Amino acid sequence: MSKQIARLHIQRGDSGAPRVETYEVAFEPGNSVLDGLRRIRTAQDPTLAFRFSCINANACKECMIELDGKVVYACTERLREGDMHLAPLANKALVQDLVTEIAPRDERLLP
Amino acid sequence: MIRLESDVLVIGSGGAGIFAAIAAARDGCRVQLIDRSLIGRGGATVMAQMTVAVALGEQCPDHWEYHLADTLKAGRGLCSAPLSQLLCENGPLRIRELDAWKVGWAREDGHLKQALAPGHDRARCVYVDFLNTGPAVSRTLRAQLNRIPAIRRIGDVLITDIVVHEGEAVGAVGLHLVSGETVALEAKSVIIATGGLTRLYRRNSGSQNMGGDGYALALRAGAELIDMEFVQFFPIGHLAPRMIGMDPIMWDPFRYKLGGRLLNAEGEEFADRYGQAESGDYVLTRDVATYAIFKEVEAGRGSPAGGAYLSFQHVPEADLRHAFGPVIDRLAKNGIDLTKMPVEVAPIAHYHMGGVRVNASMETRVPNLFAAGEAVGGANGANRLSGNALTEAFVFGERAGSVAAARAKSRVASGWNDQAAMRDLDILEARGNGAEAPYNTAALVVELQALMADKVGPFRTETKLLEALRRLEQMQREIGAAPPRGGKHYNMMRLDWLDLRNMLLVAHSVVLAAIERKESRGAHQREDYPGMLPEWELNQVLSLREGKLGLTRARPAAPAKAAR
Repeated sequence: MSKQIARLHIQRGDSGAPRVETYEVAFEPGNSVLDGLRRIRTAQDPTLAFRFSCINANACKECMIELDGKVVYACTERLREGDMHLAPLANKALVQDLVTEIAPRDERLLP
Repeated sequence: MIRLESDVLVIGSGGAGIFAAIAAARDGCRVQLIDRSLIGRGGATVMAQMTVAVALGEQCPDHWEYHLADTLKAGRGLCSAPLSQLLCENGPLRIRELDAWKVGWAREDGHLKQALAPGHDRARCVYVDFLNTGPAVSRTLRAQLNRIPAIRRIGDVLITDIVVHEGEAVGAVGLHLVSGETVALEAKSVIIATGGLTRLYRRNSGSQNMGGDGYALALRAGAELIDMEFVQFFPIGHLAPRMIGMDPIMWDPFRYKLGGRLLNAEGEEFADRYGQAESGDYVLTRDVATYAIFKEVEAGRGSPAGGAYLSFQHVPEADLRHAFGPVIDRLAKNGIDLTKMPVEVAPIAHYHMGGVRVNASMETRVPNLFAAGEAVGGANGANRLSGNALTEAFVFGERAGSVAAARAKSRVASGWNDQAAMRDLDILEARGNGAEAPYNTAALVVELQALMADKVGPFRTETKLLEALRRLEQMQREIGAAPPRGGKHYNMMRLDWLDLRNMLLVAHSVVLAAIERKESRGAHQREDYPGMLPEWELNQVLSLREGKLGLTRARPAAPAKAAR
């Protein structure tokens, strides 16, 4: 199967000064956006922060992000050729990169 | 540093941790329930697809002693029988409790429906349709949890060490991932409920957060581990075509309900060549099925992706839809039409039989330190029966919570000691030599997973195990003594480093026990030592002595009462 290339433009940094970094990810049809993010960490930049727990099973619901302005689970969206814009959830407090405060307020250490 | 204080500290918020917290609060304790990710979302419980084994006698007459007999038989002589007995005897209580909390166990003709799973002598496994057992259990437990004001729930805290003072557990220390602050948690008793070690393997059915944290915490605290060589591989984990949004172990429920045919590349059923005939019913135990698939692949009769075919093409579409309704649509989204094509499956790391050594009160040899759920070793011996994992989580969680509460109430103070805590916090305060990590921490985790899969899978040889050992020792040197530098907020490299610290120690425990067990039994198959030997009816016990892993052997704990 021939490899295709997705260009992921990802918002990085904390609430101070967010910036966008671009990564090219080779993928096979069927790969999820979460697969792409994990591949970026192992092959290009291990500092990229995002939440996930269950690995593509859509059970933990932790990998919520905004993809091209729409709220999605990274584990059930598929990579596609060309440009994809990834950002943290706009309505949650930003922690780092794609990580936001998604826990209920009473389940946080610092409410 | 952020300071917290409670009567009972529970680490991990899967099924075992939540049951423990509820039990401890019910008995009048103030509880803190800590998780490294979100409360009740990670771990293995939420991933469970179907069966919970329990002798309810709803489908047909049953007694916990029959369940125990099956559990001990599957465990190949190595079960810690008092733990197995507790699991089987108290299982019905916990399942009824969940039923009263409206988990929604599948029902038929006015009774709970129980399925026949491999290794059980009768229909014994309750479930929630459709592939919804784990999510339903998690949701139900979270709802109960949220009603109890005495339990404080805290996510995003990674516990890095149990604090031990004068030989007793007095709390824990950790890292708040969001802020990067260190956390000190003082407690009168501590329960490790962090699940298993599936993350050590490349292909696994667990959550990302199950890298054996609890085993490493227990070892460093001075507790013992037992049966670490027995990693259970789930034989028919999904392999191909690529499937997302679904759990890789989903094919087991399909087989319970619809049979399904396991075929090699030549389209032949092959499982009966390996000692167990497969008829209409699904009776193949996990270790035999794993062995059969590996051997077919080795003989060049594997599927293109390197596994076996699982086919439901003979099952009418109406039956598929009746049994799995909405799941059929999710499969269609992945381009999978079971009426037209087989899928490819292969063994996948699924569960750990080994774990923290505890007595029937769930206490380790370190006073005030308890364990519960998959973190505990011994109840399932050398091979676990299908359906026993959730039962174990519920029963052991409840027991640990209730005993830990009694302990906490009997103690005037925790005995907390700041110096002891500071020693454990050193590693978090340390910033190495200030340099960025010279390696990619995430890539090192992936390399470790590949190493374990290739050299320490279900079929082992001394040569491969020794290669694994050497590489583990090198990796240990590569990561050094302190985490890399970096930002404070959700620092992934620091998290990887702390995970690697645990994963390498736990991997080392598995490899060491596997090298030493020179026979084949249950989930531990040595190609250079085929056959199960009576003189090896022994548990291997590991502990840390001055930073080095040591191994001793012991006779399995005898049953409190003979099983029928």
